[in-house]
Amino acid sequence: MRDRLGHRTVGAVLAAGLVLAGAACTSSGDDASAGGKTRITVNCEPPKSAAIDRRSFEEDIAIFEKQNPDIDIVAKDAFPCSDPKTFDAKLAGGQMEDVFYVYFTDVASVIKRKQAADISKYVDEVAGYGDIQQSVLDIFTDDGKTYGLPRTNYSMGLIYNRELFTKAGLDPAKPPATWQEVRAAAKKIAALGNGTVGYADFSASNQGGWHFTAEMYSQGGTVVSEDGKKATVDTPQGRAVLQTLKDMRWTDNSMGSKQLLQITDLQQLMGAGKLGMYLAAPDNLPEIVKKYQGSYEKLAIAPMPGGLDPASRATLLGGDGYMFNRKATPKQIEAGVKWVEFQNLAPGTGANNWERAARNKAPVGLPQPNLWTGATADADNKLKAQYANVPVENYRLFQETEVPGKLEPPQAQQIYSVMDGVMSAVLTNRNANIDDLLSDASAKIDRLLANQR
Amino acid sequence: MAAPTLTPPAPRLASVSRGGRRPRRRLKDNVTAYAFLAGGLLCFGLFSWYPAGRALVLAFQQSNSVDSATWVGLDNFRLLFDDPEFGAAWRNTFAFTGLALVIGFAVPFALAVLLNELRHAKAFFRLAVYLPVMIPPVVTALLWKWFYDPGPGLFNEVLRFLHLPTSEWTNSTRTALVSLVLVATWANMGGTVLIYLAALQAIPGELYEAAELDGASIWQRIRHVTIPQTRFVMLMLLLLQIVATMQVFTEPFVMTGGGPEDATITVLYLIYKYAFVYLDYGSACALSAMLLAFLGVFSALYLWVTREAT
Repeated sequence: MRDRLGHRTVGAVLAAGLVLAGAACTSSGDDASAGGKTRITVNCEPPKSAAIDRRSFEEDIAIFEKQNPDIDIVAKDAFPCSDPKTFDAKLAGGQMEDVFYVYFTDVASVIKRKQAADISKYVDEVAGYGDIQQSVLDIFTDDGKTYGLPRTNYSMGLIYNRELFTKAGLDPAKPPATWQEVRAAAKKIAALGNGTVGYADFSASNQGGWHFTAEMYSQGGTVVSEDGKKATVDTPQGRAVLQTLKDMRWTDNSMGSKQLLQITDLQQLMGAGKLGMYLAAPDNLPEIVKKYQGSYEKLAIAPMPGGLDPASRATLLGGDGYMFNRKATPKQIEAGVKWVEFQNLAPGTGANNWERAARNKAPVGLPQPNLWTGATADADNKLKAQYANVPVENYRLFQETEVPGKLEPPQAQQIYSVMDGVMSAVLTNRNANIDDLLSDASAKIDRLLANQR
Repeated sequence: MAAPTLTPPAPRLASVSRGGRRPRRRLKDNVTAYAFLAGGLLCFGLFSWYPAGRALVLAFQQSNSVDSATWVGLDNFRLLFDDPEFGAAWRNTFAFTGLALVIGFAVPFALAVLLNELRHAKAFFRLAVYLPVMIPPVVTALLWKWFYDPGPGLFNEVLRFLHLPTSEWTNSTRTALVSLVLVATWANMGGTVLIYLAALQAIPGELYEAAELDGASIWQRIRHVTIPQTRFVMLMLLLLQIVATMQVFTEPFVMTGGGPEDATITVLYLIYKYAFVYLDYGSACALSAMLLAFLGVFSALYLWVTREAT
């Protein structure tokens, strides 16, 4: 009896431990197109909960199929559109759509893993392809070949609450342009009391590391060397980033007492009118309004503040796009490219149908996405201006100030994980030693980069 | 000459005949049992043992899930040992388990003894103790996140009201882990208390009567009657608690994101990060294998050491 119980318990223990271990394992499969028409599956159809967006999407499919009777679009909805957790499994299991959604940050790894088709010979058919910003096109290009098309782009700026600026005696038309000015403004806003936070930042779940990187770029720095082999965080720019945060947190007490914050915490604070400023891309504005009862009238976005080296100030660039299943047939790829052009890369149609967006009370006039330059940009901006329903004046400075964009570093998530620790140290420990933290983080990142596979 | 070849030796024939009939008969006798067993075996085999075995293999491979996996020997393990978070994750997991035992083992036992002694409102107090178990773990974590808010959080508000010093709770490397242990204890002790309570109620009343007649105090009764009588349950629960707390994930994932300064990163959280943030399934499986090996060896040792008691 004793032995049986013992074995059973050990067995249960072994099974319990192994269940989690087994969660990540998959196998491979295949898919093909239908006869007669070219059938393509595309993901990122808005979910049923977003009824208006879904209706517009379905409407677009109907229009597109009418214009292209030889193409049959089968849309799949999932939220979020792309989940890195299921990405590999879907590809391996033959469940990945022919046209699949990716974040800019995943593109390089998808290309490296040879998970996407080369679409170089199809892109010339896309009208206005040449007007897409080169920095965006570069993301989908490797070794002279093109592997995808962009959908939206964003860059980070300083979102601020105009009402709190006014209450604190600041001019909302003149947002802070440098980190010194951010610090001064945050101090005044926090002085309003009643739990008002002047400036807030992330320090958990890798988001702290993400924002540290953005702030490094704003100071004219980087987090890894050009060749991607050495950390560059232990620099004057790195110290400037952390010293500013430390001063705001502990000397000025303008960052609130609650830390280990993540993106939804800040959106919630901003929506509730309790936060003066935080770093974010314009795509945060509708989130704050829709989910956290914010108001477009009160919210504005300024360009990324400058720091030590204003001439080399940069901002973190991001966005998303579509890539094509490497198992798709040439006809499916051709059809997919046509669909993405219609849906995302032509002013006046699909997601750029601003007349319909305004009719549906979706925000029109936000400064991004702004994928194009030249004639295509002009055409899109003209339509946007015609149907604008948000206070575009609140974004003018952001839109008109050109700040060069910089992508995330290689091994981004691992580096963010290291820098999360540094951010949380500075924001939770009054006695944090910035020099020690940066030197330690630099050594850790060097090790990560050396182990890169 | 022909006779010996035509007539095989009798004893051998008998032995073969007996040996062949027995398993067949046993199979026939137990066919219903095997049929019932098949469903369970199939489910376990397909959904637990096969993935578990695959995970162990993957611990020695590198795979992008599309091309066939390549063998990398111990590279995944080497990478883990070089990860700055690896040491912190194990240290925190051991510390969490230790603290969870100190708090989470003694408190439920004391509560069970207390509940067992109650004469009135038994059902109400049992429900009150068990209620946190019914709250979804993520909701519990979010609720406590607000309790721990160093600004307007419930705990600091109460401390301020009482003119006591406040705490940084999850915001400080010194108190973050203990804060999470408190959440885990609060959320999980209901089940443990009920099991203790069942064990306590199984103790024959005459043992207490005899002890009382002998003039034993309440402490003596607990020490000489209650504890020895519930020793088996206590030792089993201790093992199960260690196995469960070594796999702590929800609290650090929801409440602290592993911070501040990796003060609450745990082994399971690191497995999650490798698998679903870094998308390095090989290393995730390697770390899972390490955790499994540790828990397996620990459990076997534990059962061997406590074999007399169990």
